[in-house]
Amino acid sequence: MLSHPDELKYVKSHEFVSVEGDIATIGITAFAADQLGDVTFVELPKVGSKFKTEQKFGVIESVKSVSDLFMPLAGEITAVNEALNSEPELVNLDPYKGGWMIKLKVENAAEVAGLMSADDYKKFIVD
Amino acid sequence: MTKINNIDDQELHFPYLPNTEAEREEMLKTIGVKTFEELISHIPANVRAKPLEIAEGLSELELSNQLQKLAAKNKPTSQQISFLGGGSYRRFVPAVVPAIISRSEFATAYTPYQPEVSQGSLQAIYEFQTAICLITGMDVANASMYDGPTACAEAAMMAVRLTERKKVFIAASVNPEHRMVTETYANSCAIETVVVKNENGVSCGPGSDLESLLDSDVACFVVQYPNFFGCVEALETLAQSVHAQGALLVVISDPVSLGLLKAPGDLGADIVVGDAQSCGNFLSFGGPSAGYMACRKEFIRQLPGRLAGMTVDNRGQRAFTLTLQTREQHIRRAKATSNICTNQALNALAMLVYLTCMGPQGLRELANISLQRAHYLADKLVQIEGVSLTFAEQPFFNEFALTLPKSATVPEVLNQLKAQGILGGIKLSTHYPQLSNSILIAVTEMNAVEELNTFVEAVEATLSAKAVKKKVLTV
Repeated sequence: MLSHPDELKYVKSHEFVSVEGDIATIGITAFAADQLGDVTFVELPKVGSKFKTEQKFGVIESVKSVSDLFMPLAGEITAVNEALNSEPELVNLDPYKGGWMIKLKVENAAEVAGLMSADDYKKFIVD
Repeated sequence: MTKINNIDDQELHFPYLPNTEAEREEMLKTIGVKTFEELISHIPANVRAKPLEIAEGLSELELSNQLQKLAAKNKPTSQQISFLGGGSYRRFVPAVVPAIISRSEFATAYTPYQPEVSQGSLQAIYEFQTAICLITGMDVANASMYDGPTACAEAAMMAVRLTERKKVFIAASVNPEHRMVTETYANSCAIETVVVKNENGVSCGPGSDLESLLDSDVACFVVQYPNFFGCVEALETLAQSVHAQGALLVVISDPVSLGLLKAPGDLGADIVVGDAQSCGNFLSFGGPSAGYMACRKEFIRQLPGRLAGMTVDNRGQRAFTLTLQTREQHIRRAKATSNICTNQALNALAMLVYLTCMGPQGLRELANISLQRAHYLADKLVQIEGVSLTFAEQPFFNEFALTLPKSATVPEVLNQLKAQGILGGIKLSTHYPQLSNSILIAVTEMNAVEELNTFVEAVEATLSAKAVKKKVLTV
């Protein structure tokens, strides 16, 4: 059973958001990782670069496909998960902890309220 | 339109073209043009194929005779003394090359998407990539490109993606055809190209434009090594300037020269490209050839084109397969690293077979023969009165620019040589108007020393005949 924890927020492009203060940790959901299959490569942005909501911030490749990664929120990148360079499989094994992708200084806190809850997301992926 | 048994004229005339007139009309309408001619109106008339003037209804025998007569009008370089170079070189192709590449397993192979039935093709590609890495000093090479110029253009586009910058610098000393193709690609992608002037035939040194022009918007600097004039550019110095601005150094190299010259990868190159023609491929009126393309490992995700990798199969045996295919258009569609490249497999294989039978020692010897003979010829030619090397201070490999006396006109001299069965070189003013009195001369192992001496005598005779004529006229 794929887990989609209640304490996280979600977007339709299958990224999750974990907010602590003004810092958001972002990665892809267990559902997305499962759909992609074995992840082989994650291309992440540079620390310090700024993004708008829904802007492409990276690329994820699996053995069977390649997809773009999209920003759930606007803000500035404060950290990227360097571990994914050598262990991209962390995205499959532990999407919400070891498999996180970027940390973001959230530009507009009001945007967080507009994200999907775990229940909404679970409904969304069933549809 | 007349119909005979429900077959229209179109189908009778072009039985192998599957599109009917109605379908053509529909396509033209969808595109929004009236005629096929209108669709291709932007293609300059001088590069369009002219219709073959062949009478209709000839038998195979008659047609074959007519074409043979036509073909006999050609004067191949093999029947002349040739010093033509400038990107295509007449070199010896050992018989083993056509023998191996014409094996049906290679000659009729298709894209090896199914590794289980394509181990031979895949291994050949993998070995080609390995050979390219060895001669260029780079970490990874692709399965090949159309030719040198398109490989150069792809390298510039790759640098744009890697640096996220939109300005491409190209040295004026880069082969003009490489420059033109790169500019064509760049223009369609809103990328600015800047041609950087040379100083004394090379791209760096005192007074060169590069240092002052390079800024933090530049994605890459494209340089040729040895350059179009045959001069050996100082790659290490160039790499320092280019890298200081966070840009990449793209190097174009004739593979044979790398038998002797230090590998671009050891001198700071980030992407190395070139044409495979000089290795195992015939001149063939200018094509087909193959391009090669190699880069540093960290850039592999942005490398366009096919890539073969080595792995182990489910029985633990060594096996080959296409790899990192997510870069390519059959997976990534519009977002692929390139949608206009392919693996020129058979020509690349010719290069592989050639390099394999030459070996590092053979390639080194070949390069050395070319260099020694070119320098022998240059030394002899500059002894003729009024003749000098255009870029005398620069080291050169197998090609050099020669300045003729002011009294001589380049086309006239070349024509007089041609009348004696000598293709004396390339008129440089075609692409470099300021070099109005210079010709570009290439020497390979095909030019025996006797040929070189004949050439020197012919040039001397042509020039002195002219000088005498002029004297008589002025008297």
